[in-house]
Amino acid sequence: MVRGAGATFPAPLYEAWVAAYRAVAPQLRLNYQAVGSGAGLRQVFDGTTDFAASDVALTDEQVARAGRPLLHVPLTLGVVAVAFHVPTVGPLDLAPDVLADAYLGVVTRWDDPRIAATNPGVTLPSLPIVPVYRSDGSGSTAIFSEYLARRHEAFAARIGRGTQVRFGLGVGAKGNDGVTTQIQTTPGALGYVELLYARHGHLTTARLRNAAGLWVAPSNGGATAAAAATDRALGERHPEDLRVSLVDGPGDDAYPLSAYSFVLVPEEFSAGGEAKGRALAGFLWWALHEGQKVAPSLDYAALPIATVTRAEARLRLLRAGDHRLLDPPPSP
Amino acid sequence: MTSRASAPPPFSTIGRRRWAGWLRVGPEVNGGDAFFRFSTASVTVVATGLLVVLGIGLFVSSRGTFGRQGLGFLVGPTWAPVHGVFGALPFAYGTLVTSGLALFLAVPVALGVAIFLAELSPRWMRGPVGLLVELSAAVPSIVYGLWGVAVLVPWLREVAEPALQRGLGWVPVFRGVPVGNGLLAAALILSLMVLPTIAAVSRDVLRAVPTGLKEGALALGATRWEMLRMVALPHARTGLLGAVLLGLGRALGEAMAVTMVIGNNPRIAASLFEPSSTMAAILANQFGEAHGPHLEALAALAFLLFILTVALNVAARLLVGRGWGQPKAEARFLFPRAP
Amino acid sequence: MTGRATSVDRRWAARRRRDRLAQWACVLAAVVAVVPLLLILGWIAAKGMAGVDLSLLTELPKGPTEGGGLGHALQGTLVLIGIACAFGVPVGILVGVYLAEFGDNWLGRTARFSADVMAGIPSIVVGVVVYTAVVIPMHGPSALAGGVALAVLMVPLVARTTGELLTEVPRGLREAALALGVPKWRSILRVVLRTAAPGILTGVMLAVARVAGETAPLLFTAGDSAYWAEDVREPVASLPVRIWSYATSPYEERVRQAWAAALVLVLFVLIFDVGGRVLWMRRPKA
Repeated sequence: MVRGAGATFPAPLYEAWVAAYRAVAPQLRLNYQAVGSGAGLRQVFDGTTDFAASDVALTDEQVARAGRPLLHVPLTLGVVAVAFHVPTVGPLDLAPDVLADAYLGVVTRWDDPRIAATNPGVTLPSLPIVPVYRSDGSGSTAIFSEYLARRHEAFAARIGRGTQVRFGLGVGAKGNDGVTTQIQTTPGALGYVELLYARHGHLTTARLRNAAGLWVAPSNGGATAAAAATDRALGERHPEDLRVSLVDGPGDDAYPLSAYSFVLVPEEFSAGGEAKGRALAGFLWWALHEGQKVAPSLDYAALPIATVTRAEARLRLLRAGDHRLLDPPPSP
Repeated sequence: MTSRASAPPPFSTIGRRRWAGWLRVGPEVNGGDAFFRFSTASVTVVATGLLVVLGIGLFVSSRGTFGRQGLGFLVGPTWAPVHGVFGALPFAYGTLVTSGLALFLAVPVALGVAIFLAELSPRWMRGPVGLLVELSAAVPSIVYGLWGVAVLVPWLREVAEPALQRGLGWVPVFRGVPVGNGLLAAALILSLMVLPTIAAVSRDVLRAVPTGLKEGALALGATRWEMLRMVALPHARTGLLGAVLLGLGRALGEAMAVTMVIGNNPRIAASLFEPSSTMAAILANQFGEAHGPHLEALAALAFLLFILTVALNVAARLLVGRGWGQPKAEARFLFPRAP
Repeated sequence: MTGRATSVDRRWAARRRRDRLAQWACVLAAVVAVVPLLLILGWIAAKGMAGVDLSLLTELPKGPTEGGGLGHALQGTLVLIGIACAFGVPVGILVGVYLAEFGDNWLGRTARFSADVMAGIPSIVVGVVVYTAVVIPMHGPSALAGGVALAVLMVPLVARTTGELLTEVPRGLREAALALGVPKWRSILRVVLRTAAPGILTGVMLAVARVAGETAPLLFTAGDSAYWAEDVREPVASLPVRIWSYATSPYEERVRQAWAAALVLVLFVLIFDVGGRVLWMRRPKA
């Protein structure tokens, strides 16, 4: 049995893929425990699991801690939507400095002139803003805080960026579902959740200003566009190991709060067993190709072709001893 | 042979006391019997020791936390794993409030049901209603939790909590924005869950009151209620208290239903409408993903919960005091012990 | 007798009033208790029925919007119960035998006390201990770990019912066996246990009903899975854990399946609970 552990965000997608892959390779048993990126990373570092899933690339410090090379294989894109609950109002355009100041307590009401400035013609009620954040370590927090930290110095200094930051103000909720419920039930709430949850929870989302200065609504297409644009922009300088941030990236259609959702596999897979490694490599290859066709129907973003090509190159590095796991097994 | 009443019959003198180490395994009259007794005794020793093993296991898992923080852990007011700060007070508070309120709501109703079933109801009703009560105790807590999330929480959020706020909004515990999830939701669901337990045990306790006593009071002209108040309930007092303690034990340890409706926010909340957490709920919520100091702190909470429920169960047992499974007196003649 | 009300009559009327009031209060309490319970059971039945169909019980899960089923979770629950019984039932019965036949001593008293206390330990605490003792050495969740956790919960219940039951077996049976020269151990195994078998079965059924619905200990001992259970060292799906994860999922299809699974679970538990009680009524009495 191939074991994986990690983020909760891609779990439904992986489960759908596993179900579909049963028809392709019935002998593979793949078990994915959605225990959170932190636990998943720890388990792949010390070898108790075969692969991990994370919504954020490893930092240099984490790479060092891993001890052995881990391949980043992106399988989908995470899209973090800014959602809010203001009863009489539809989607709004929220600028990054306004969002940062809301979490810092500088902007305290929905009828603040800075919000009205980007939303002409909308009548905003004088409702207090209730910032909502993730109380557990989360890739969504990393993406959201990265965007605001880049655009707002005080946010970077006081709150910081990463999977766990020092939100002083507001309400903490656990998991995407916790934040969704909190926003649904608190008038005036403002928070960030994966787009999937915002859609299924019928939350109103905000448009954000991307690096090109354009207002973009959260969408899977926007994430795919962000990935493609970053790939084009970096060209030769694109890191081979795919540890690249898509947050606030270039591209007219790019949605700023996008990120690759990775699978992390040890490059040298002998410890897990060569047969297991081949099975996993086969599954990951399938996920990069056939799997991408299934993703949109489940509300997950598909990877752009350029990313798939790069990911294929990473996957080809997977080996057990001398054998590349994607090549046919050597004849006895 | 003497004719003392306690003299065992002749064949008992065949065996002698035998020991296997510290465990007495005789007197049996043959090897097969001795072995049988030894094996069942060993299994019993292991099974009994399980309780101690549980306690030690929990303590060992949590010694890091107690080593670092000592007893200060018990009164630490903040729980922030992200920053490495652990304190048990928010959970002690949440557990106390939810269980206390649950008992406050459930005990009078359970007592009424018990009296109804034991004394007042027509005979044909006792079976079905009693069965319904006992079956409710068998419904899994996850199912109560599912109902809580789908029905209770929205009802609280839309109907009950706003109504409470309109009527009693001046009371501090009814302030705040009603979101549904919170201490009140958890207390209500717990009261529904412990009600059958308390009612069933109380009914048994009341039924055990000697009929002679009850009939005597009635014969002297007491009304039914007076008989209950002056004879039956006082007689059953300790047993009823034991029933309440059993219910409390169940409320303290309830994890799933509570974690689904309480909002899982470890803080001391002033209002009943606010989200909070309990010891059992935070274990269900965070244990699967924790490691290192976080794991140790959670194990420490589990240890506290263990100590608390053991103490409660011991007290309940002393009060309800059912001896069971003892060899009947006559059996001693058949399976004799050396005098 | 004149019709004039005396003070005695007035006091009597007051006492009658209080009595009526108290009785109606108890009736009200019974109604207050019964109505929510009926509501809950009714809700589960209504919402659950909408989702229960053959595919739920026989298929593996598909993607979150594609249907599929929970057959593997039903199988997983049965596997876990099987493992729990394999460990818990023999231990429980042996303890019950000891208590009933030999247990009139310090060990017996301690054992009875311990069984009563252990019956009240929260299942999540048991789960935490089994995680440390089994899951960590095995580097991950497994059906075995889940079964062990459930077994720990079963032992006190089975021991208690077996112990109570065996003492009710008439001593004449034991005497007859001994008079025929049967060694004591054989008389217990062949005669006493066999006579008490239906009641012991009851105890097992009630214990199964109790552990079948447990979620908390399984969360981190048995894990979850998307396949039919094949190896006890692998994680296994179970109805309660799947209900838990589906209930908090954003997909409506998943929530629907959660209700259906809850109905199946409740029916399973009630069948064992009621079945056990029926057998208890029919046990041989002294």
